[in-house]
Amino acid sequence: MSTGEKKEYWRWEESCWIDEGKNWRDAKIITAGIDVGSVSSQAVICVDGELYGYNSMRTGNNSPDSATNAVNAVLAKSGMKLEDITYVIGTGYGRVNVPFAHKAITEIACHARGANYMGGSSIRTILDMGGQDCKAIHCDEKGKVTNFLMNDKCAAGTGRGMEVIADLMQIPIAELGDRSFDVDVEPAAVSSTCVVFAKSEALGLLKSGYTKNKVIAAYCQAMAERVVSLIERIGVENDFFITGGIAKNSGVVKRIEKLLGTTAADTKYDSQIAGALGAALFGYTLMQKQGAAAAKAAA
Amino acid sequence: MIANYGYKDGSGEFYISIDTDKCLVCTAQRACLTACPKGMFEIMTDDYDDEVAAVKQQFRRTLAYDCTGCKPAGGYTSLPCSSACTPGAIKHSW
Repeated sequence: MSTGEKKEYWRWEESCWIDEGKNWRDAKIITAGIDVGSVSSQAVICVDGELYGYNSMRTGNNSPDSATNAVNAVLAKSGMKLEDITYVIGTGYGRVNVPFAHKAITEIACHARGANYMGGSSIRTILDMGGQDCKAIHCDEKGKVTNFLMNDKCAAGTGRGMEVIADLMQIPIAELGDRSFDVDVEPAAVSSTCVVFAKSEALGLLKSGYTKNKVIAAYCQAMAERVVSLIERIGVENDFFITGGIAKNSGVVKRIEKLLGTTAADTKYDSQIAGALGAALFGYTLMQKQGAAAAKAAA
Repeated sequence: MIANYGYKDGSGEFYISIDTDKCLVCTAQRACLTACPKGMFEIMTDDYDDEVAAVKQQFRRTLAYDCTGCKPAGGYTSLPCSSACTPGAIKHSW
């Protein structure tokens, strides 16, 4: 019997970051956005409407704990306390279960707002490839949603689907994208739209002589075709932006770009924080409005 | 805003789209709420604080089945929800 520890190939890198160049103690308004997704949770802190810090980690089996753990890491790193935050907005799948949130906003509106900050006001079409759903969003120059659709019924075209393939191939998930291009001939996409059947099909392909890289390429292509058919329903207007964990998978991103005939806008920020960032920015706008209203009433 | 509620799976694409700009200034007295035999619509406050119609959460993943009765095979020549919505805010993708 093997005593070795089972390697978790699906496990992606968690991250926690703060902007050392900013001093939160100087800020007038500190807001936080907590995105509790089905697979990952993010906490973003903004000071006066600018990104200050974030934490991105895996969601546990309890949404309130996930939200608390996500924000605690970034609070600890910055020396901030929860009481220092003026306003907190919850978003994502578990948005109503964020115990310290003042308000909940859907991830659709938050991703649009976050993408507007991360990619600039020219962003019009956003594809959010999340852990267990996929969203296509069209927004205006202020990041306000003008059209959206979401598919959360099927895991095909989602991060969870990619995790399943990483485990099956026994290749770390971060390497899948690059390895998908290491093939002699680009294979046809796996035909199954269901992740469970795609897994069976992948095993069949391996038995028929496909290399692991070729199977990954076939799966990345299937995922790209899947989400492109969704996004085409709302239409693609440039600039185009991808959020969510799959945005880090070049194998899927480049194939989506090829199918759409456009290039996704680049960003220096972590694509996974878009929802939480948007929530924190919503909080800032709300606080500004309340401040303006209070000032007007006092005058 | 065009809000698309529904899904795409191996059997097809099933979305009900609601143009919330038309819905916001409803001239049909929210007739969608009573027109749908299954009561699938509700009025909710969206993320931009507008009171608009939406498909109830519990129906969003079962539209293909829930709407079957109102399709031509069910004896209808037009969809009750779309017909009742005189501003033309409600459309089906299938």
